[in-house]
Amino acid sequence: MELNTYQKEIFERQRPVIEKFGKRTWGWTIFYLLWIGVGGYALYLQIAKGHKVTGMRDNVVWGLYIANFIFFIGISYAGAVISGILHLLKVEWRKPIIRIAEMITVIATIIGPIFILLCIGRLDRLHHLFLYPRLQSPITWDVLAIGTYFTGSVIFLYLALIKDFAIYRDAKLNIPKWKQKFYKIMAIGYRGTPSQKRHIKISTNLMAIIIIPLAIIVHSVLSWIFGMTLRPGWHSTIFGPYFVLAAIYSGTGVLIIAMWVYRRMYKLNSYLTDKHFIYLGYIMMVLGAGYGYFTFSEYLTDWFASEKWDNEVIEKLFNPAKYGWWFLFANVAGIILPILVVAIPKTRRPNLITLAAFFMVLALWVKRYLIIVPTLESPLLPMQDTRMEYVKYHATWVEWALTLAGVATFFLFFTLMSKFVTIIPISEFGEKEKAMIPAKENEIATA
Amino acid sequence: MKKEEEINDKSRRDFLKTAALATIATTACGSLACSCSPKKAEVAKKVKLLSPDGEIVEIDSAYLNYQEHMAIVSKLEARQGIAGKKFVMVVDLSRCKNARKCVAACQKWHYRPEDKEWLTVKLMKDSEEGAPYWFPKQCFHCDNPPCVKVCPVDATFKRQDGLVLIDNERCIGCKFCMAACPYSTRVFNWEEPDIPIDIKNLQYSPETGIPARVGTVEKCDFCPDRSREGKLPPCVEACPNGVFYFGDENEDTVTNGDETVSFSQLIKDRAAYRFMEELGTKPRVYYLPPKDRQFPVERGYEDLPEKLKDRFKYIMEDKTK
Ligand code: SF4
Ligand code: SF4
Repeated sequence: MELNTYQKEIFERQRPVIEKFGKRTWGWTIFYLLWIGVGGYALYLQIAKGHKVTGMRDNVVWGLYIANFIFFIGISYAGAVISGILHLLKVEWRKPIIRIAEMITVIATIIGPIFILLCIGRLDRLHHLFLYPRLQSPITWDVLAIGTYFTGSVIFLYLALIKDFAIYRDAKLNIPKWKQKFYKIMAIGYRGTPSQKRHIKISTNLMAIIIIPLAIIVHSVLSWIFGMTLRPGWHSTIFGPYFVLAAIYSGTGVLIIAMWVYRRMYKLNSYLTDKHFIYLGYIMMVLGAGYGYFTFSEYLTDWFASEKWDNEVIEKLFNPAKYGWWFLFANVAGIILPILVVAIPKTRRPNLITLAAFFMVLALWVKRYLIIVPTLESPLLPMQDTRMEYVKYHATWVEWALTLAGVATFFLFFTLMSKFVTIIPISEFGEKEKAMIPAKENEIATA
Repeated sequence: MKKEEEINDKSRRDFLKTAALATIATTACGSLACSCSPKKAEVAKKVKLLSPDGEIVEIDSAYLNYQEHMAIVSKLEARQGIAGKKFVMVVDLSRCKNARKCVAACQKWHYRPEDKEWLTVKLMKDSEEGAPYWFPKQCFHCDNPPCVKVCPVDATFKRQDGLVLIDNERCIGCKFCMAACPYSTRVFNWEEPDIPIDIKNLQYSPETGIPARVGTVEKCDFCPDRSREGKLPPCVEACPNGVFYFGDENEDTVTNGDETVSFSQLIKDRAAYRFMEELGTKPRVYYLPPKDRQFPVERGYEDLPEKLKDRFKYIMEDKTK
């Protein structure tokens, strides 16, 4: 494949990353593996001793795991926004970040469902989902929706990768034979002929259109796991759109963070420019406002009407002795902070936007926890139980270890994948993109 | 025609039942012509049995070991339910004094550990000024059961006789049904259940719910295995005050063991209600309001062990203030 000068430059910069597995990478990999190992031990305990080792009990039947599940599926929306929506809108500045976004999507969609598996008491019977499927159960909807979404995301990521694989294949990289072979297979004979180009273009457009409704379906059915029950705080009609919006919102946040990390780590300032942070910041701000609106509307109606059961949950969320501080954090860091940081021109800087995004993502995780646990702690009948662990949920170390192992797996996958493909897509840069990237000199030093 | 079929069906079931019993008896003794001493000194009655090698033999019923918790129907039958029945329960709140005999009987019959109750007695207080009352609560076997709707594998199901049962050999333990049941009815086996080994080895049936299995859900099952034998559920039998009336809505009769009354008359006369009717779950358990109560509510509190007292302290101590 012929590279133009611009593509060459981008490629040369990223070449060492895929050629060598450096010391630092080894260090991180081992670190992640250690965490995953701890999680593996926790999982072993959970399987051997039963779910007793978790903090879940008959009232709070779901805990950290489900929060993590929603969280990871949520951040997987990074790809849906960037590749899907921005692709269709033909937003040019998206090109350097599509790979990161798509990778987040695929990896998070792998890790999310692992967390729901951790919730299941009989993993040995998982095949029952296919042997005796019942279509009216929201869990079946989830299996179908997430399965399709994952497949779609993988195809989408791959479509954008074919051209790059062909570049790696032809670039005479200093890499082992198997890796050469891998590139050759993955490039499926792409030579850049007009017909090949056209096919990829059509498929990508098609996938971009498909991925958006898919993404909406996934988080809607996910929210309906809660919305379909008769529980206070869950049985809400806005849960579908509320969850979808929150998901895109957190996805954008994670994308900003990933961009910042990569820009720093691989000194990609000239490709991941301030403009990217600011534009994504704007998107984050708008989504934050929408998410804030949903939050306000949801809790205002519950609080105002003050039905007995809703009131109980609201009381838990507003009471500083219970979940009050967490609820405050979830709303300040999750709504107000990101909006302000982007809205005020003075703070609209990559580092600050990234910081706000970081807190926002954290706050959204807390929010998921606050959606699940307080409701389950407020059953309609009085608990009248003297076993404290049945009354109040406390996550055990097993659950935390597995949560951290999930995060470590996310990073591990990311690290490994970035050793196979360039984080900045090369083939996407035609001559015409040259203009959109500022020269290195006039860039504000941020890293 | 229908009658005949029913009779045929019944005799076939009876035959299968005794056959199963015999299998147990023979596996225990080694052969059919065993030397077990007759258990009960009843008048000997010959019964036809199926031997382990498939032959039909006649045996003196006195030689049979009666085995409780036998899975006497096939899995399919256990899913369909008892034809023609529509089980219903009426709980008379005016008679309950939290004697907890029902809880004990249920725990014993189902080999439940002490603190994992299928049937619980709550202390309810509907409004701030309202009088507290004891409220026994088991599964309501809802006619529009939210738990059944959400099960992804049909492990929890609704039968034609009204019962909602769980097949713990199919349940994947997703706990969705627990989140969906608005009445906190279901319990989960968070660890390997502690049950006697001979019980553990029994053949499982959704009708008996025995043996319990780790990682699966369970709950009150209205004891259909006992209904098949013409017996009442243990909670109904055990209650000293006749709180529970159990019966068949189709026959329009319910009984608490002492008296048998018309179901429709009872719920009309006593203004029965269903708990949280507004949820639309259509429970099959009716409550008779706690009016003209036979016992003061304290009677169920004073003699409780400390641990149980703790459950209700927040209401009882508040009241005496
Ligand atoms: S009381 Fe709960 S477990 Fe029983 S049938 Fe109704 S919803 Fe299901
Ligand atoms: S826990 Fe078992 S019975 Fe309940 S919904 Fe899941 S599979 Fe069905």
